[in-house]
Amino acid sequence: MIPPLQRPKRKNPILRTRQPTLPPGLRSRAALGLTAAAALGRFELQVCASCKAVQYPPREACHNCLGERLIWTLQDGAGELLATTTVHVSHDLFFRERMPWRLAMVRLDSGPTVVAHLHSACPPAPARVRVGARLDKAGQGVLVAFPFDEVPNMADDRQLREMTCDPRFRKVLITDGKTPTGQALVRAVLAAGADLVWVGQAEPWKRFPGMDQLATDPKVTVVPLDVTDSRSVTQLAGEIGGRVDIVINNAEVHRTHGIASRAGVEVARSEMDVNYFGLLRLAQEFGPALKSRAADGQSSATAWVNVLSVYALSNFPAHGTFSASKAAALSLSQCLRAEMRPAGVRVINVFPGPIDDEWNQALPPPKLAPQALAKSIVSALRDGVEDVYPGDVAQEWLARWRENPKVLERELAL
Amino acid sequence: MSVGPRTSVYGDVVVTAPVTVPYVRYSIRSAHWFTAKALATLLKTSGLRKDQIDGLCLGSFMLAPDTAVGVTQHLGLTTRWLDHLPIGGMSGITALRRALRAVQSGDAEVVACIGADTNAVDSFRASLGSFSVFARDAVFPYGSGGPNASFAFLTSYYMRTYGATAEDFGKLCVAQRENALSFPYALFKKPLSMEEYLTARPIADPIRLFDCVMPCAGAEGFLVMSRQRAEDLGLPYARVLSASERYNAFPEDPIQMRGGWVLDRERLYADAGIEPGDIDLVQTYDDYPVMSVIQLEDLGFCAKGEGPEFIRRHTFTNDGSFPVNTSGGQLSVGQAGCAAGFLGLVEAIRQVTNQNLGKPVPDARFALTLGFGMITYDRGLCAGAAILSRSDA
Repeated sequence: MIPPLQRPKRKNPILRTRQPTLPPGLRSRAALGLTAAAALGRFELQVCASCKAVQYPPREACHNCLGERLIWTLQDGAGELLATTTVHVSHDLFFRERMPWRLAMVRLDSGPTVVAHLHSACPPAPARVRVGARLDKAGQGVLVAFPFDEVPNMADDRQLREMTCDPRFRKVLITDGKTPTGQALVRAVLAAGADLVWVGQAEPWKRFPGMDQLATDPKVTVVPLDVTDSRSVTQLAGEIGGRVDIVINNAEVHRTHGIASRAGVEVARSEMDVNYFGLLRLAQEFGPALKSRAADGQSSATAWVNVLSVYALSNFPAHGTFSASKAAALSLSQCLRAEMRPAGVRVINVFPGPIDDEWNQALPPPKLAPQALAKSIVSALRDGVEDVYPGDVAQEWLARWRENPKVLERELAL
Repeated sequence: MSVGPRTSVYGDVVVTAPVTVPYVRYSIRSAHWFTAKALATLLKTSGLRKDQIDGLCLGSFMLAPDTAVGVTQHLGLTTRWLDHLPIGGMSGITALRRALRAVQSGDAEVVACIGADTNAVDSFRASLGSFSVFARDAVFPYGSGGPNASFAFLTSYYMRTYGATAEDFGKLCVAQRENALSFPYALFKKPLSMEEYLTARPIADPIRLFDCVMPCAGAEGFLVMSRQRAEDLGLPYARVLSASERYNAFPEDPIQMRGGWVLDRERLYADAGIEPGDIDLVQTYDDYPVMSVIQLEDLGFCAKGEGPEFIRRHTFTNDGSFPVNTSGGQLSVGQAGCAAGFLGLVEAIRQVTNQNLGKPVPDARFALTLGFGMITYDRGLCAGAAILSRSDA
């Protein structure tokens, strides 16, 4: 039985903020395949293409037949819990600060024996368990032994919370509240238990639809934020930066057309100014404070979410300049991820297909409802994944892109 | 029972000059220094000149960026045979087997076998992340740092499966400590009571403080040469009747409840022409106590799973019914890196050549020494054994 998460006590302002530490983060190249799958929320192991033997730990050649073709394959993780231990002493700073820490040895039904973090709802050995993969605080793939069947409050396990970015009891900044997506995000994040939501508004003198309703909720504060204006970003960061736990950057400018169908660069420039430079300004101003509070107790700073677009993977010519601005944002967010990793702040990139809003009016369904997008972002925070492709279009484009990016490029240009 | 000199698979090649460089908890000297000290002591003990050593077998983790070849120039050695064995608790057995064959085949005349490592305040912690690829990828990220969690799993599984209690493992540890009290180089100098063992600081359940070895700096060594040479030098010698090594045995076992010794024990005793009942003392590789029990089972002293019953029936001090780790083992002497792989072997040589520094086992004719180690993430990869005999046995 996992006790539900309690509201943390008020922080003693005299005490020094705990500095972020990370679990050991080095892995071989082969082992990073496990991390790559965990970033998408998948538990994968290498399976030999010749003899089907499952490999663990990850490696360069099949332990059974020396075959070189090892294919990362989704695993169900079912297995036998052989033994558990509670670690009381560790040389590692991260774990030392979080003792005691429980570990498991599991024999997977698929063959290998693994060492995994132990979820506290697992029964004592011997028992059936289910092993999954998560990204730990260092952003690296690790295995977790879960109870075979789900139990209530699973996400509140103390050790699992070190690997996830649950919004409950946390304070969230959503950078643009004027769009249906922004407002759906506010509602979803509050429903997930956030204590406080700041909602950015670039033009405070304008009243946008839904703004009145937003302002009625005592947990919601509408704040001026124009991501194209460096002073605006700096000012807001100065006011609230030290209290923000999660940043969700959904500010965007989205116009249709590619190159030839428009004259001049002004529209393209405004897309870049919000979608790319806006991210840069926000990251410069809010990033450092987020990093400094990344180990600040139960409601620590924990995640940065970028609402990108599946068009960032491969240019959609009908929305050609928008695609390019999202591609720029994707590259920059990879840089942000590398810079946030030493503090253990998760950078989550969301790649929706066309959202059911005014700028995708001309596109045929399926289109992603703002509520569905918001829900997928809250799930991503709860699961601690890094890359999210919500909706059918995004999933299909991802599959095509992974199989052969060049073919997708041509398919989109037809 | 057996009489007369038994045949050795290594012919007329023998081991002599058991040497220990005193252990210290921390040292600012390098592994090269401890190697040099061991070599110098071997020369002093044997009366040989440095240029008469024509083979070197070195077990060491901390020579980097050097290996044994760099050591030859460092120490001014010219050899025609060389081996570097960074394989921890297996180093001694494997070094012994290599050196015996080298001399037997005529590739070398006198081989110095040395296990040496240093230890600074930060050494152990710094070494953990780079111990092996699988350790780095599959256990180090999980927080126990080192093999404590891996052996906690084994100990817990063994206890649950075979009914062993903490007192069973404690009995071995307490007896080894008593054996250590007379050994001048042991870092632990106070007796250990069962109560202290059972109530010691928990490390990773069910493992407590006195189940864990203490990393330290030091060296062990011996010489391998022909029997004729040993007699010419007037050196007491022991014979190695047989020896075995095995790597990555039983990979299909879900958890390590047996080691590679099971595959080799029949031939080990057959080659030596003796039975388990003939063994007078056993040096187990005692990192951790559960492995000592598994070694006793796997070497035929009792059936698999009967270890607890065996422990309850016997006493393990040097004057007991079944002497184990006669100088205290790593648990009471200390673990000086790869030197720990030589510790039992050097002590076994002392016992059967009557050159004891501590308390002798009465009438020690046959000594069994075990090697084990190189834990990746869930099991130790190496299993080795050697049966030594008194020169007249």
